[in-house]
Amino acid sequence: MSNKMINILVPVISIFLGLLVGAIVMLISDYNPITGYMALWNGIFGDSYAIGETIRQISPYLLAGLAVAFAFRTGLFNIGVEGQLIVGWFAAAYVGMAFDLPKIIHLPFALIAAAVAGALWGLVPGILKATLKVHEVIVTIMMNYIALHVVNALIKTLSGGGFKLERIHESASLRSEFLSNLTDYSTLHYGIFVALAMVVVMWFILEKTKTGYELKSVGYNDNAARYAGMSANKNIILAMVISGAFAGLGGAMEALGTFGNMSSMGGFTGIGFDGIAVALLGANTPLGVIFGATLFGSLKYGANNMPNEAGIPVEIVSIIIALVIFFVACGYIIRVGLIRLRNKKEAK
Amino acid sequence: MLDVLYFIIPITIASAAPLIFTAIGGVFSERSGVINIGLEGLMIMGAFIGILFNLFFADTFGAWTPWIALIVAMLVSALFATLHAIASISFRADQVVSGVAINMLGLAIALFSVKMIFGKGQTDFIQQKIPRFNVPFLEDIPIIGPMFFKLVYGSSILAIAVAFIAWFVIYKTPFGLRLRSVGEHPMAADTMGIKVTKIRYIAVLISGGLAGIGGAVYSQTITNDFGHATINGQGFMALAAMIFGKWHPLGAMGAALFFGFAQALAISSSSITFLADIPPVYFHIFPYVLTILALAGFLGKAKAPKALGKPYVKGNR
Repeated sequence: MSNKMINILVPVISIFLGLLVGAIVMLISDYNPITGYMALWNGIFGDSYAIGETIRQISPYLLAGLAVAFAFRTGLFNIGVEGQLIVGWFAAAYVGMAFDLPKIIHLPFALIAAAVAGALWGLVPGILKATLKVHEVIVTIMMNYIALHVVNALIKTLSGGGFKLERIHESASLRSEFLSNLTDYSTLHYGIFVALAMVVVMWFILEKTKTGYELKSVGYNDNAARYAGMSANKNIILAMVISGAFAGLGGAMEALGTFGNMSSMGGFTGIGFDGIAVALLGANTPLGVIFGATLFGSLKYGANNMPNEAGIPVEIVSIIIALVIFFVACGYIIRVGLIRLRNKKEAK
Repeated sequence: MLDVLYFIIPITIASAAPLIFTAIGGVFSERSGVINIGLEGLMIMGAFIGILFNLFFADTFGAWTPWIALIVAMLVSALFATLHAIASISFRADQVVSGVAINMLGLAIALFSVKMIFGKGQTDFIQQKIPRFNVPFLEDIPIIGPMFFKLVYGSSILAIAVAFIAWFVIYKTPFGLRLRSVGEHPMAADTMGIKVTKIRYIAVLISGGLAGIGGAVYSQTITNDFGHATINGQGFMALAAMIFGKWHPLGAMGAALFFGFAQALAISSSSITFLADIPPVYFHIFPYVLTILALAGFLGKAKAPKALGKPYVKGNR
């Protein structure tokens, strides 16, 4: 068993353990786990409509995962993806409804607005970290709540006391008749291509540019990077801004694709927090994020089928996702176990 | 003006009590060097168990029900916090990631159970609430009496008592000295024969228990039922109070009271003439903005325990 093999096995074992404990929870609650997981499977792949909806659900997860992963590569922990996604959602929905432009300008404008909003929300913790050494974890958590309350207040003001913004204009929409027809009239939209393009962008920045090299160096060992003449502070701010931009685009997926507007929110979407799991499972690499987002997007959408088909509350999937994160966090002990197993085998 | 204070101060104390319990729980955990972002999840668990126990045992225990519910919520949340302790102390997990998992897990387990037991998204309303009462004699003091001692929740008095007890424990007992040394320099503490792992486990369990009480106090005084939005940020606000209070129990209590005041203003601003024009959103984001400012050092530098967030590995330097 090589080290690379172990790196792949740790997340796989975490997922397996999460599903296993999920099955035990179902058993204790007097449900049949096989029926439950069958319902989950059918909810994800059952028919072309389900597949379309699943892919649609994957796009915001991809971007949330990229956001967390990108910050991680620079040694930063962005728990603020949720808030950055919310302001991105709002910015895209606002631009979509407030302007009347040709599609070729309007759609990119709305997407950029979302990215910029997210980037600004990431800029604050970035600057505080770089200049005043304030730990980004607490600042980003606080920024999440500020985003939630500010956006709700803005929606109330803009809608004249209501709880919902007007629908975006067709010219800003990501909706696609072609994709929708292809998948039995699901709400699948072009957002998935935007998200996949961003995966390539992240890969390109990290692997092919000087900036990316510096970002990775700072994340790996900021003292060494500083000694080599790189500015850790500049890179911290840049990383948070780019990370926030990814997250903001995740919000644009919801605003311009799935919902076409924004409603006042009673709580968080959870996508930003799940993004942490997506990034962790994907080992913070662009390709890994595709894997993680596919898993979590599928689980989240497929879960909706569990109450109908098996009578099991959808929350079971939230339990499984939380457990997977927990087991990934405990990756050290899984790693130790695997290495012991390897050494035992080699001794024989 | 006096009428306004008579109105706001009781709401302030009532909204602050759950934050005080939880923030002090956070102080114990972080003083020992373990970041506890999972306070929100632990509070959710406490709020849920409090309501659940209250609904099922109200007939058996009568007026004692909410108090016994607090104890049960404390025990269950402490047990739940054990997961965080095992992950972050024994398994050297990233404490932030583990805390995030605890938050998600707490909400998911509570909602799953609510659906299982009640067949709907929220529980029924409890009948036995934590009682309010007038403090004898003190309520007759002019001005102060009606502000602080009329219709107070017993749990609020308990919260303030817990803050002072926590201060005594952390600063005046051998256990407190060990707790602080483990959080500042675990290596040195280990050399002196202090069991780092054991102290950290105890600290995280205390934090779970107190957050559980905090959640149960919240659900049994303010919402009186449990649903997906019962605890919505109070755990993070408690975390903010802990930082704002500079990891000191009495500081955390002061900050919690201050945040309670902000919440009370938000609730009642529309009925106070000179505040009616200020949109409530400013009061809502107030504690969070203040925490960022506090962390940035604009309100006096707060210093976190030195070993915070670092797993202790014996023999490492």
